[in-house]
Amino acid sequence: MSDQESFEPHILGFLCNWCSYAGADLAGVSRFQYPTNLRVIRVMCSGRVDPALVLDALIWGIDGIVILGCHPGDCHYLTGNYYTERRMRTLQTVLDMIGVKPERLIVDWVSASEGERFANLIGDFTEKIVELGPLTDDLPPEELRTRLLAARDALSQQRMRWLVNREKELLEKGDVFGEQVDEAEFHEVKFEALAREYEKNRILHSISDQVLSVQEIAKTTAIPPREVLKNLIAMEQKGLVTVSRIDGVNPKYRRLGGGESL
Amino acid sequence: MMEEAKIGVFVCRCGTNIGGYLDVPALVNYSKGLPNVVCAQENLYTCSEAGLNEIKEAIIDHQLNRVIVASCTPRTHEPLFRNTCKEAGLNPYLFEFVNIRDQCSWVHMHETEKATEKAKDLIRMGVARAKLLEPQEEIEVDVVPSALVIGGGIAGMTCALSLADRGFEVTLVEREEKLGGMLRKLYKLYSAQTDASQLIEAKIGEIEKHRNIEVLTSATVTEVKGFYGNYDVTIRQERKNVPFRVGVIVVAIGAEEFKPVGMYGYDGIQIVTQLELEEMLKEDRVKAHSIVMIQCVGARDEKRSYCAKVCCTTALNNAMIISERNPKAQIFMLYRDLQTYGTIYEDLYKKAREKGIIFVKYSPQNPPIVDKGMVKVFDEFLGEELRLPYELVVLSTPMVAHPDSGELAKILKVPIDEYGFFLEAHVKLRPLDFATDGVYVCGSAHWPVTVDESIVQGYGAASRASIPMSRRRVVSEPIVSFVDEESCIGCGLCEMICPFKAIQIEETPKGKIAQTIVASCKGCGTCGAACPQKAITMRHFKDEQMLAEIVALMERK
Ligand SMILES: Cc1cc2nc3c(=O)[nH]c(=O)nc-3n(C[C@H](O)[C@H](O)[C@H](O)COP(=O)(O)OP(=O)(O)OC[C@H]3O[C@@H](n4cnc5c(N)ncnc54)[C@H](O)[C@@H]3O)c2cc1C
Ligand code: SF4
Ligand code: SF4
Ligand code: SF4
Ligand code: FES
Repeated sequence: MSDQESFEPHILGFLCNWCSYAGADLAGVSRFQYPTNLRVIRVMCSGRVDPALVLDALIWGIDGIVILGCHPGDCHYLTGNYYTERRMRTLQTVLDMIGVKPERLIVDWVSASEGERFANLIGDFTEKIVELGPLTDDLPPEELRTRLLAARDALSQQRMRWLVNREKELLEKGDVFGEQVDEAEFHEVKFEALAREYEKNRILHSISDQVLSVQEIAKTTAIPPREVLKNLIAMEQKGLVTVSRIDGVNPKYRRLGGGESL
Repeated sequence: MMEEAKIGVFVCRCGTNIGGYLDVPALVNYSKGLPNVVCAQENLYTCSEAGLNEIKEAIIDHQLNRVIVASCTPRTHEPLFRNTCKEAGLNPYLFEFVNIRDQCSWVHMHETEKATEKAKDLIRMGVARAKLLEPQEEIEVDVVPSALVIGGGIAGMTCALSLADRGFEVTLVEREEKLGGMLRKLYKLYSAQTDASQLIEAKIGEIEKHRNIEVLTSATVTEVKGFYGNYDVTIRQERKNVPFRVGVIVVAIGAEEFKPVGMYGYDGIQIVTQLELEEMLKEDRVKAHSIVMIQCVGARDEKRSYCAKVCCTTALNNAMIISERNPKAQIFMLYRDLQTYGTIYEDLYKKAREKGIIFVKYSPQNPPIVDKGMVKVFDEFLGEELRLPYELVVLSTPMVAHPDSGELAKILKVPIDEYGFFLEAHVKLRPLDFATDGVYVCGSAHWPVTVDESIVQGYGAASRASIPMSRRRVVSEPIVSFVDEESCIGCGLCEMICPFKAIQIEETPKGKIAQTIVASCKGCGTCGAACPQKAITMRHFKDEQMLAEIVALMERK
């Protein structure tokens, strides 16, 4: 735990133009005071916020992120905030999975008339993040970065995007056969898929700028060697990785093409 | 390649609103040192004539191609500064707003040092974003000069006539067999004792004669596609679909009276609602001598916390009519608060007292009980229970949203409130508009209103709706999505997500590719945050622009 007195967390807010940004303005008009840590990026709708961008913010070292939209039913674009909610809930589970405290990300609703609520919410959140300490308290910097990069790549991947963004429709209207999809079951499937996708990207990132054997990859990523091997074989077929050289009996792998990294 | 950014930063003091809490000279100095900033200065009031002129001069003197104002909030002042840029020959979308008042100086009034540091961060983020801004062209679309009015009550009929008189084609759609709405069932209208049937028959006569109005009865709207100025509407009328195109849409579907099933022994015969009483009055069927009226039945309670505004005056009016017809009638009115607002209606209350109508105040904790020919009520003023024998009980129930409102709201993509009434864009600034451009509301679809208010609103909505039609062309904000054809794989996720059907998969020579329908796109960006290919660019809110702000914030820390 770091020195709470001197820790000034970096807090980033994404606020939608129509409700929450207006609520933040109202806090000002009413002179409700709150901590100075928040920096705001205005978006037209909370639905604009891509989970990948939130991960980027963490990669750049932001300690806490707050995403605020209009109350359910009030989104200026009707349904934007429903997507926000589902995307960010998913992102919270991903953060939890990779060892970043999910409380570092909150999603909430603030209407244009809730100036005081906005000030209180920011006050409470800032306090919470001070309590949690800097982001680097969660994981050592290098490991943190690699995990966040892998999570970002996983969430950018096509199948994940479909799962996350169809959630609303699937759970509300049922699948193509009109059958109601069970919520718990859906989340389990989604989480499994995310975990697999993350694993794959975690492995890829471990061999982005070095060549490693299965054993070595297993060691750095803490993924069982069997799983590492299965992943590598599949990725080799897709042309994502290649055997760079063979050390004795141990093939060493390297990423092909290289992912975009920062 | 874009030309190199030359950024001018204007830091506003807003008198003491900013100047009193932030170190403005320090902010100006700091701005000068930021990349691409070629000039920075402070203004006492940037939004004053003098301040605006300083911006224009600087644009010319320093050949600025980006302008940043660090001041209040874009929600109120962005249009003004954008316009200033435009006047000086700079594309308005090359302007960037930094909020250092509402979200900084005003909320950190006792922390000058930290707040100034925050303002520096915000300006640095703004500069990083400004560098990546791109000029945008405003979008213009033609407006079809015809209107759809949904609902043929007094509000909708007034609106349709007014629009038709201005020379626009109007289609008036009514779900029932006949026009008239609630007024078909009412008897004498307060405050002038106008005969409700006469009023609507006169309106219907005018409508039938008007060559600009087409009336479709027994019809409802089933689909609305398209966008501001060009809505493609489908009407379902007697098992056939009627398609047509209009420029604007007015919602006037009215409201209904709440039916108090299961309350106070309601049976529709001896215990009736005010609306049923109106029908009885019309047919001269009220024979009872002892009558008890109960106010606020199903209103101002947990389920419907609102006051429907017309019920008290309606009850008074009907009580007066009864006592005029039958001076011997004994009428009790049990109320919680008598809401006869305004001079005329309050006057009606006085007259009713003079007429001998007896008012008894009850409390919601202790509501009246209707029991075998007797109404028992605890009189708040007397402090004792009264037992009132009755031949007729009349329950005053609130107006509730029309059951179609939810479905119609979905079709039109406009909001309704928790009770199902339609919700305007802004209660004071745009009371008859929806946030969706080109769609308007009037009458009791919006909120319980009286007939005179419905008429005023009908005229008002007609006036609002005729603005885009008279202009013939409308501009919409160019903040829209844009699909990169090379990276789009036609997966259809964006199409599924967009609440406005504004992005659609098209068959092209290159295969299936998503395309934005620029005039329908509202620029929410929900599609952009989903696209698995990152093929969607949100104009003016690009990924790179937002990331640049984050990087600028954290880079040097
Ligand atoms: C018991 C009672 C007594 C009243 N007495 C008075 C009085 O004395 N004086 C006074 O000033 N006010 C009075 N009012 C209020 C008055 O009735 C309203 O102000 C008025 O009717 C509102 O008119 P409107 O056109 O908005 O709605 P309405 O009269 O309700 O008309 C709406 C129309 O839209 C139609 N419609 C609904 N859904 C659809 C759809 N999906 N598609 C197409 N058409 C649709 C309906 O069939 C209806 O014809 C009274 C109200 C009640 C309940
Ligand atoms: S621009 Fe905004 S902050 Fe500056 S003087 Fe005008 S109102 Fe005040
Ligand atoms: S989501 Fe992206 S890739 Fe899929 S169709 Fe839309 S633009 Fe194309
Ligand atoms: S930005 Fe919003 S309105 Fe425009 S196409 Fe995308 S989802 Fe639809
Ligand atoms: S506009 Fe506020 S959440 Fe969509």
